[in-house]
Amino acid sequence: MKKDRKETAADAFEKALKGPSDAKYVLRLYVTGSTPRSQRAIKNIKKICEEHLKGRYELEVIDVYQQPGSAVEEDILAAPTLVKKLPPPLKKFIGDLSDMEQVLLGLNIVPKS
Amino acid sequence: MKNRQKSGLHAVKVEKVPTGIQGLDSITSGGLPRGRTTLVTGNPGTGKTMFGLEFLVRGAELFKEPGVFVSFEENVEEMVANGASLGFDLSKLCSDNLLFMDFVRVERSEIEETGEYDLEGLFIRLKYAIDSVGAKRVALDTIESLFAGLPNTAILRAELRRLFRWLKDRGMTTIITGERGKDSLTREGLEEYVSDCVILLDHRVTEEVSTRRLRIVKYRGSEHGTNEYPFLIGDNGFIVLPITSIGLAYSVGKERISSGIPRLDAMLSGLGYYKGSLVLITGTAGTGKSSMAATFVDAACRRGEKAAFFAFEESPDQIMRNMASIGVNLVRWKDSGLLEFFAERPTAFGLEHHLMKMIHIVEKINPSVVVIDPFSNLPDVGSFKEVRSMIQRLIDYLKGSGVTTLLTSLTSGKRDEEMTDVGISSLADTWLLLKTIEAGGERNRGMYILKSRGMAHSNQIREYVFTDNGIDILDVYVGPEGVLTGSVRLAQEAKERDREEALRKEIERLEINLEKRRSIMEAQLAQVGKEFEYEKNSLANEIDKKNIALKAIAQHKKEMAVSRKADEQGEG
Repeated sequence: MKKDRKETAADAFEKALKGPSDAKYVLRLYVTGSTPRSQRAIKNIKKICEEHLKGRYELEVIDVYQQPGSAVEEDILAAPTLVKKLPPPLKKFIGDLSDMEQVLLGLNIVPKS
Repeated sequence: MKNRQKSGLHAVKVEKVPTGIQGLDSITSGGLPRGRTTLVTGNPGTGKTMFGLEFLVRGAELFKEPGVFVSFEENVEEMVANGASLGFDLSKLCSDNLLFMDFVRVERSEIEETGEYDLEGLFIRLKYAIDSVGAKRVALDTIESLFAGLPNTAILRAELRRLFRWLKDRGMTTIITGERGKDSLTREGLEEYVSDCVILLDHRVTEEVSTRRLRIVKYRGSEHGTNEYPFLIGDNGFIVLPITSIGLAYSVGKERISSGIPRLDAMLSGLGYYKGSLVLITGTAGTGKSSMAATFVDAACRRGEKAAFFAFEESPDQIMRNMASIGVNLVRWKDSGLLEFFAERPTAFGLEHHLMKMIHIVEKINPSVVVIDPFSNLPDVGSFKEVRSMIQRLIDYLKGSGVTTLLTSLTSGKRDEEMTDVGISSLADTWLLLKTIEAGGERNRGMYILKSRGMAHSNQIREYVFTDNGIDILDVYVGPEGVLTGSVRLAQEAKERDREEALRKEIERLEINLEKRRSIMEAQLAQVGKEFEYEKNSLANEIDKKNIALKAIAQHKKEMAVSRKADEQGEG
């Protein structure tokens, strides 16, 4: 999933400048085991990605129970947390992502009309 | 997971964890409650972070209890720098697996709430940190920052409650810090969740001098000191002053030590001060308080005892020079290490700093006598009450250590002389009052013992003078208007000298007379003897002559009888 990030970052920045429509998204979702809340978050982000970012996103789901060190690295406090690594700026969404509008707005995605 | 069961219904004495913070453990009679959460609250800059940090560092260093420090405000580099300012090598503790530091950054602008969540991420990090060093202690600094970062306070509050429960269940002795609110102990009401122990730190500036205070607001199930205790954040961490806990329990001896002035010792029932007592010397300007103090120190050093001289007015060099002028040579004691000077402007530090510094020094050099000259300068630093409480603490401490303390205090001539600036006279065991006596157009120095507990002391007002050989207390001349001093005394002395002289001369004259009589008598005796001898000889001659004549008669008679051929029986 992590392929050539440096280049991607530069590209993504360029794209971000051009507009949201074709920017590449790198997303990480930190969940805590397979609780209903985690499930909901995973379902929600997958739906958003498939509907709005098809073909231009990377999504990694990380179980912090399995990798507690990653919580320290990424400074995870709440669960679930979605981290938008790219395009900049870095953003964290806490919660189960059920407030779709808020997520889309935060991700700077213009919903297809 | 639970390594600690909830205690049953019966009362269980709170088990305590020593913090290792100097002084704190004696205020809390043993430390913080083990396996529970203690809230440390205070305004910004009162030392909450340092408190938490030292709790962990001491735990790791002194008690081999590893700790986890979670900062919500500063990153790891900043924490390491903070630690270094107290002389803690945090990096080393981390690499020795005695400390784990984590920085939880909460940036409001980066975070968006999109639904239900919990703070499991924080729990996992904490668990990860605790497990990686086997921690027994945790410090969370300042968990209230979460309220700024996370908008949903309902979730946050529920999660914090869960967090404290969670830490308790794991047996973690935890310190959480909080900012003091306007009307509450913490801005976000954290004290609601922490019911075991609450410590309040305070930092106030009174008359441009700052003092730090610590108070234990609450300690469930344990006795604790309730006062505000001054504390200091020095090069070596926190020092809290629990001095009042010494109380009045110190023992006293009967041993006495010299004041350095033989005639003053004589006034103090012949033996001087009590060892371990507090001697107070008060007087107006220029009455020689410092000289008295120096003489006392000199005497101690002569006995080979150690002395500490805290000077709040003059530099050590100045004191030594001045004392040399009255023949008190302090330089040699300083050179030999028996005497140590500590000179400081009172305003250089806050009160508690002075106090702790003095106690620190006393602990370090363990002197037999301590001089504070003058302590009346200290009120520049704080209020009347504060200074008195500080002096009280210091005196309690010194008495408890068996140190004989001499304080000098300047009294202004206007006020009642029998009063000290900070009202500590009741603490003094021996109180010498030095005063200037104005009479006959002169100012002279007089002293008297206002009180001296536990001894029959002189009640006289004595004049004393500075000589090349120290302080000399003079004889008392009482005139019609009280004690005679200065030239009046000199005149009186002269008068007495004249009288003595006259008497001496008279005696001398009489003695000569007596001698004369004796020699006359002896001459006469010799003469009589001679005459007697002469008469004795002439009388003896006469007796001899008569005896010879008597014999001659007898011889003649015999010869006559022979010639007459008379029989021998018939006579005549």
